[in-house]
Amino acid sequence: MTKRISADDIVKEENLVYKKTSLLTKNVMHYCPGCGHGTLHRLIAEVIEEMNIQSETIGITPVGCSVLMYNYLDIDMQGAAHGRAPALATAVKRLMPGKYVFTYQGDGDLAAIGTAETIHACNRGENFTIFFINNGIYGMTGGQMAPTTLPEMRSSTSPYGRDVKMMGNPLNITELVARLPGTYYVTRQAVHTPANVRKAKKAIRQAFESQKLNKGLSLVEILSNCNSGWKMSPLQANKWMVENMFPFYPIGDIKLEGKLLDKE
Amino acid sequence: MKELKLMKGNEAIAEAAIRAGADAYFGYPITPQSEILEYLMLERPHERTGMIVLQAESEVAAINMVYGGAACGRKVITSSSSPGISLKQEGISYMAGSELPCLVVNVVRGGPGLGTIQPSQSDYFQAVKGGGHGDYRLLVLAPQSVQEMADFVGLGFDLAFKYRNPVMILTDGALGQMMEKVWFDEQKPRQTVFPSWATTGKSTDRERNIITSLNLDSLKQEKHNQKIQDKYKKMKENEVRFEKIECDNAEYLFIAYGTSARICQKSVQLARERGIKAGLLRPITLFPFPEKAVLELANLVKGMLAVEMSTGQMVEDVKLAVKGKVKVEHFGRMGGVIPSPDEILIALENLIKKIS
Repeated sequence: MTKRISADDIVKEENLVYKKTSLLTKNVMHYCPGCGHGTLHRLIAEVIEEMNIQSETIGITPVGCSVLMYNYLDIDMQGAAHGRAPALATAVKRLMPGKYVFTYQGDGDLAAIGTAETIHACNRGENFTIFFINNGIYGMTGGQMAPTTLPEMRSSTSPYGRDVKMMGNPLNITELVARLPGTYYVTRQAVHTPANVRKAKKAIRQAFESQKLNKGLSLVEILSNCNSGWKMSPLQANKWMVENMFPFYPIGDIKLEGKLLDKE
Repeated sequence: MKELKLMKGNEAIAEAAIRAGADAYFGYPITPQSEILEYLMLERPHERTGMIVLQAESEVAAINMVYGGAACGRKVITSSSSPGISLKQEGISYMAGSELPCLVVNVVRGGPGLGTIQPSQSDYFQAVKGGGHGDYRLLVLAPQSVQEMADFVGLGFDLAFKYRNPVMILTDGALGQMMEKVWFDEQKPRQTVFPSWATTGKSTDRERNIITSLNLDSLKQEKHNQKIQDKYKKMKENEVRFEKIECDNAEYLFIAYGTSARICQKSVQLARERGIKAGLLRPITLFPFPEKAVLELANLVKGMLAVEMSTGQMVEDVKLAVKGKVKVEHFGRMGGVIPSPDEILIALENLIKKIS
């Protein structure tokens, strides 16, 4: 008589191919299913764990969907006022130059209300990392138009689509700050497929590693869907993101080792 | 060894910050306080003590740099003048909410709006009633000399860390620009051990530290509100500071702080030369306000004149403290005009006529 295989026979240390990083807390995330925030939190936590820099890392949270990020990462964190995370990070890094410092900001936080802090931190070449999550919308407040909302894209404050003549153009702030002498590493990634998740993790690692060089600011933009804000299912939202966001915000490295990659 | 120097009030604040062992200054130029940033840049405090000085892109950025540094448990100071202090109010509110210590210097100029670059005391309400959004208070120190500008920096840091609350030095363009001799304490070393709540990197022997002013749960927020209100109550019990000048046999009382108090001392002298028994109560802390001292004097004098370089702001706190026991009036000049000792005396004589 053959023995039936039970769960206990399978769940063994030697069979583990993946486990949750110890740097993520047990708190249940409040993010919508399919949103990129959860994946990105995990990737950042994994990189901090792999680099063994938990005690050396200070994170700054924004105002937006990820305002509660400090509930999920087991590291010291500060909650900034809307848009001001780069100012906080500037002080933290200058006062503790040996530490790893990052901000985590959405598009409204980083590219609208915090534009001045973003540009000046980049231009001063502050030696920290900005994780910039771009979903083209204000997610937390209910899907209003953001500085990164695409032309003709609908939102609760552009219900007939973004009319660029009336509402202005989308701001491609990542390409903008890449042109500043103070940025050392600038890249745009996404987390909608396993392949992209792996590339995004590499970029996160590279951003943290570049802090060791003290050569300037590293910025990793992550394109994410906002399926609830876009009023789509997660799968539809990812498809829409690939078809509409990617042409406007192309994926890939923009600046490496302080040098712009000329794509023209 | 103490050291004697001749300095502007603004420079004295900057030098005192270095000597108090401050870890960082973040600021943005605005008249009449730019000498603080200029002095610090010239003095290279990084070489003297390791103190960091950075000219920020705005007052908004500067106060948020202060937030970041304070959240690491560091002694951080910023300064500005009225329009710039208005810009800092959001950050100050967040710091009060997050219970972060820091020192904010307001070298007041006349307003509203861009107003004037001349000295004024028109930011009293903003300083002592909160200033930004939400229920909170700053501990507010009002120097009247260049010496006190220097002395209140160290005191301000001590109080800020004692209560985990922002402290404001409320001064004005006259004191900022005025040169006087000033004694400095010897250099204090910068701190090497930081408070247990500071975000210095989570070590294995403790839980992670989170600095935030956010509480989505209303009951938790109410509890937090109560906690910080209790601190303000403790400040009222323990930190009231004031000075009485010629109050013992006074029949009439000036109440004034900062530059106005300095001028009123001359008015007291002039009044006494004319046979008017005048005295001066000088609040040194504006929050907590010396309510008890004012009430005690209300039982002894026939009238009080609150002298301020404003339309009359502190006078409201005086009236609240007096509880209607004596007549209280306000005298002030606005828009950057500094009153003379003589016109203050005339205002007192007018008050006396009304009473008798």
